[in-house]
Amino acid sequence: MNETEIKTRVIAIIKSVAPEVEEGELRADRPLRDQIDLDSMDWLNVLVALHEKLQVDIPEADYGKLVTLDNLVGYLREKLAQRAA
Amino acid sequence: MIEFKLPSLGADMDKGKLLEWKVKPGEPVKRGQVVAVVDTSKAAVDVEIWQDGTMFEQLIPIGETVPVGTVIATLLQAGETPEQAASRKREAPAARPAPKPAAPAAPVAAPPPAPLAQRRPVSPAARRRALELNIDIEKVAGTGPHGAVTVEDVEKGLARAEPAPTDRYAEMRKAIAAAMSRSKREIPHYYLSETIPMQRAAEWLARENEKRPVTERILMGALQLKAVALALAKAPELNGFWLDGKFQAATGVHIGVAISIRQGGLIAPAIHDVDRKSLPELMRALSDLVSRARAGSLRSSEMSDPTITVTNLGEQGVEAVFGVIYPPQVALIGFGRLETRPWTDGGVLRAVPLVTASLSGDHRASDGIRGARFLAGLRERLQHPEEL
Repeated sequence: MNETEIKTRVIAIIKSVAPEVEEGELRADRPLRDQIDLDSMDWLNVLVALHEKLQVDIPEADYGKLVTLDNLVGYLREKLAQRAA
Repeated sequence: MIEFKLPSLGADMDKGKLLEWKVKPGEPVKRGQVVAVVDTSKAAVDVEIWQDGTMFEQLIPIGETVPVGTVIATLLQAGETPEQAASRKREAPAARPAPKPAAPAAPVAAPPPAPLAQRRPVSPAARRRALELNIDIEKVAGTGPHGAVTVEDVEKGLARAEPAPTDRYAEMRKAIAAAMSRSKREIPHYYLSETIPMQRAAEWLARENEKRPVTERILMGALQLKAVALALAKAPELNGFWLDGKFQAATGVHIGVAISIRQGGLIAPAIHDVDRKSLPELMRALSDLVSRARAGSLRSSEMSDPTITVTNLGEQGVEAVFGVIYPPQVALIGFGRLETRPWTDGGVLRAVPLVTASLSGDHRASDGIRGARFLAGLRERLQHPEEL
């Protein structure tokens, strides 16, 4: 899965949790939570969906690295590449 | 014969529109079963029944709005025959209690069920179609036999009258306004707050979640709910209702969880028996409740049962919240943002995760000293997360 595909999947998951999100308005390099109303329950739902759709488990200790959409996509790409190797 | 009344759906909801019967006449019902779905300004509510029996007569047609307390159906008790029930009804026609006196104030209030037979006949299909088209069936002229309203009449009605779109947000705003105005008018609030060190709880939770798959992770919010529930054991005067001029302690700890609705507005349905749930159980209940509240699908007991409310505005970044009590409850607990700040412990200055917990209390039911003890108890509970 390349970065664009991962990004598409991640945005679809975010929209399933926060349907009001307009893709065009989302800045991938800015903190997600500044742009979207995501509380800790929403965030957990995003992670559960990533676990179900991409089979990637993100430990709590890594939450701090995942501030922007770019961070999240990069993190997932790395995890998926590790698994493929 | 059992009279099944539209139950209370919370202080800010005094009426409901019947959307669907889940049980047909002649079918048995069990205690706790959902028998109807009723629309309120905040959500479509699954209405549960609290007695066993057999559905006998359904007195309210689909699409009708009735005040809380209206008898909407009758049921047969075990061993009772339809004939017995019918004769009992003939013997005591006056026994049917009319809706509460406040009801006539609501312009949409339906008449008590008895005059149903005199109503203009409306075919069920026409009623459904009117609901779909959002048309007031009472305003549609009937052209069928005996002036019956048919599907065609409804559709012709649409051509004449633009349907008034029901704006759920506006309705919800009105309901919140009514409940909160009543609260500030009637409840003499007092407010207390306490800063709680959360290092132990945060570290314990991090270790716990490390062991758990993402689908079973526990949020700090669940820990806080459980700590509130346990601390309430020593502060029973905060858990219950102010009714008929006096405090009535609740028998269980059913915490109303304030949940913001994405399109705007707020709802605070209950998680039952929080004090008796394990943390994983509580987390599942919380997750389920939040998703159903946001999807607009709740149960009547969740709407009517909260004995106290907990609100967590910390996620929005505020330090502390001083909430408005949801009547007839007598207390509201607020949690602010979990944040690492300077803290002294035994004369040593350290950086520690802290949270500000607050209590809005009803001074008719409790005094500040009791509230202060409750917050101290809550703080203590959160220092022993492994016991939650």
